[in-house]
Amino acid sequence: MSEERFSFQTRLLHNRHKIDSQTGAVSVPIHHASTFHQFDFDSFGRYDYSRSGNPTREALEEVMAELEGGVRGFAFASGMAAISTAFLLLSKGDHVLVSEDVYGGTFRLVSEVLSRFGIEYTFVDMTDTRKVAANIRPNTKVVYVETPSNPLLKITNIREVARIAKENDCLTFVDNTFLTPALQRPLELGADVVLHSATKFIAGHSDVVAGLAIVKDEALAERLGFLQNSFGSVLGVQDAWLVLRGLKTLSVRMKQSAATAWQVAEYLSRHPAVEKVYYPGLLSHSGERYDVNQSESPGAVLSFELHDEEAVRELKSRVQIPVFSVSLGAVESILSYPPKMSHASMPKEEREKRGITDGLLRLSVGLENPDDLIADLEEALAHQKVKAPITR
Amino acid sequence: MTKVNIESILAQLGNRNCDRTGAVNPPVYFSTAYRHEGIGSSSGYDYSRTGNPTRSVLEDAIASLEGGDRGFAFSSGMAAIQAVLSLFSQGDEWIASSDLYGGTYRLFEENGRKWGISFRYGDGRDPAELESLVGDRTKAIFIETPTNPLMREIDIRAMAGIAERHHLFLIVDNTFYTPLLQQPIRDGADIVIHSATKYLGGHNDVLAGLVTARGASVCDQVANYQNAAGAVLSPFDSWLLMRGMKTLALRMKQHESNAKQLAEYLQRHETVTDVLYPGRGGMLSFRLAEEDWVDPFLRQLKMITFAESLGGVESFITYPATQTHAEIPEGIRIQQGVDNRLLRFSVGIEHVDDLVADLETALRKAGSA
Repeated sequence: MSEERFSFQTRLLHNRHKIDSQTGAVSVPIHHASTFHQFDFDSFGRYDYSRSGNPTREALEEVMAELEGGVRGFAFASGMAAISTAFLLLSKGDHVLVSEDVYGGTFRLVSEVLSRFGIEYTFVDMTDTRKVAANIRPNTKVVYVETPSNPLLKITNIREVARIAKENDCLTFVDNTFLTPALQRPLELGADVVLHSATKFIAGHSDVVAGLAIVKDEALAERLGFLQNSFGSVLGVQDAWLVLRGLKTLSVRMKQSAATAWQVAEYLSRHPAVEKVYYPGLLSHSGERYDVNQSESPGAVLSFELHDEEAVRELKSRVQIPVFSVSLGAVESILSYPPKMSHASMPKEEREKRGITDGLLRLSVGLENPDDLIADLEEALAHQKVKAPITR
Repeated sequence: MTKVNIESILAQLGNRNCDRTGAVNPPVYFSTAYRHEGIGSSSGYDYSRTGNPTRSVLEDAIASLEGGDRGFAFSSGMAAIQAVLSLFSQGDEWIASSDLYGGTYRLFEENGRKWGISFRYGDGRDPAELESLVGDRTKAIFIETPTNPLMREIDIRAMAGIAERHHLFLIVDNTFYTPLLQQPIRDGADIVIHSATKYLGGHNDVLAGLVTARGASVCDQVANYQNAAGAVLSPFDSWLLMRGMKTLALRMKQHESNAKQLAEYLQRHETVTDVLYPGRGGMLSFRLAEEDWVDPFLRQLKMITFAESLGGVESFITYPATQTHAEIPEGIRIQQGVDNRLLRFSVGIEHVDDLVADLETALRKAGSA
């Protein structure tokens, strides 16, 4: 039975790096070597220097390429290293269209770093694909999509955006951090590059910072590989190994976390102290609901809005189970406060324009028992002083 | 390849080990299991307790450095000694040098005796006296040389002579000198043991024990026990240990040069009555004139760390009476010379002037307290 015929869940474990060819080891060895002996003077081997290529990092890159359905993968020292390296496929004078409520770090990179290199940008609400088409300029080279978006979980139609991009000779980049290839595979929907903060669900244990880029086509992969080697923000080998280790449980982790997230979202949507719940599985979600033709599930992240910062403070002081921190996509539930965390680098007016109010919380649902999580939230929310009028 | 010097073997430990990639640094194999092509076929590895490719590189290295036939890596120095002890049976007797690391003494007295193995102790500096202890049930001689903490060198060749005459195993703990300074198997020993936590690892960041032996039968028995009892060294610690061993030659050179100068300095100091230094290696012991000075002296040290263990890049001073030799009953301990004025000094690779300055301040303050 060929590996291609295995289901996604099985391919996490049974891929071409299942067995080390030299020893039969069932776990990829960690090659700390920074340099490689050349056996033949006239014809150098596949590896020479670990920045250019390392067998352990390569195992991760190949496995991820296979899982996302791309030709090559590239592992970076962080999600931002992956995103910034991919953006530097652009040149001075180029223009990029970016999802309006993109991750704050990406916003900062585009508005404060790329702009210094003469790369222009426009932020667009991509849930309305007409706006994508309307904002494309002659020098637009990349359309950058985050879907579901962070933190409002807005759904963008990847197929449609990629189609528009292609018509205009633009590349489509998709940040697939929130859903991972377990739930959404953008390259199969027409995207050219998939980006990940692998720190999140891909590695999944809050113990490694890593980024990934997976490319659909060989020529583009060649260019990105050149940049990875030139800039050198590669992932270290121990971290590459840890990411590979995390990947093995990706499918079961995503399934469990997404199922719990849905339950929690429904619970929150019925709570009088909660003014809004953002979860693409809910009928009451303020954006588009998730499309089963695009993703298998709405994912494991939801956001909800309390009355104001004071109410957030109150909840934070009461919840016991979720850690209150930045980041997401881990075995433990993580409650974040976007205005002061993921979106702190975005000016307040930009932030509020995007719906990221002072009462907004993001919950990345972990592997705890859903009953425990709901009971914890129930107890914490019981102390909310401000009760919104029941309108639903 | 022609015979190369030990410094070169050390620097290139694990190099040329991965034919597939050419990696100049051996990969760490975390894999616990290894696939078989079919029934009866194996890459040589099946389950990581039995054998692990990363651990193998280390085990081959210690065998080659010490001149043994095979090497074995354990999770600590004590696990290594216990593995060697397990080669013997109820009713057997060992003769051991009396000035022993306290943990070894404890293992012999508390556990060894429970298994029916008995121990007699002799001052290894007098081979005739030690030979007179050999009885019908004696099966092995176990020595540390230099001894811990009195730094007495024992003549390995003389011990090997006794072992040969009486058909005994000669077991040498080579932790203090390492194969760089002394290779007991080449002097006639059968088994060499290391607490690799010390000089071999060298950075106070990995706990490990090594055994190497000559003779197929002994090696097979150690291998069987290692697999059966399972106190193996983890792949990562194996790798970290080798990383340390690559600089062993450089480190030992600096340890020794510092120790020689400090031995002279301490010998001249009015607060010090005697210095025990065999002239090589990085370990020395010394006695303060007054027992009451020990605590203030240790408290005054600013750079040198008051800690148990030895052999690391940083200097450690140990108080054997309450640390390494606390397991030995006080009467026996003091009778053997490990008195309450004795301090053991693992000289690090710091600049010798800085070590002298730290000692000078602490000794002066302790002596005038």
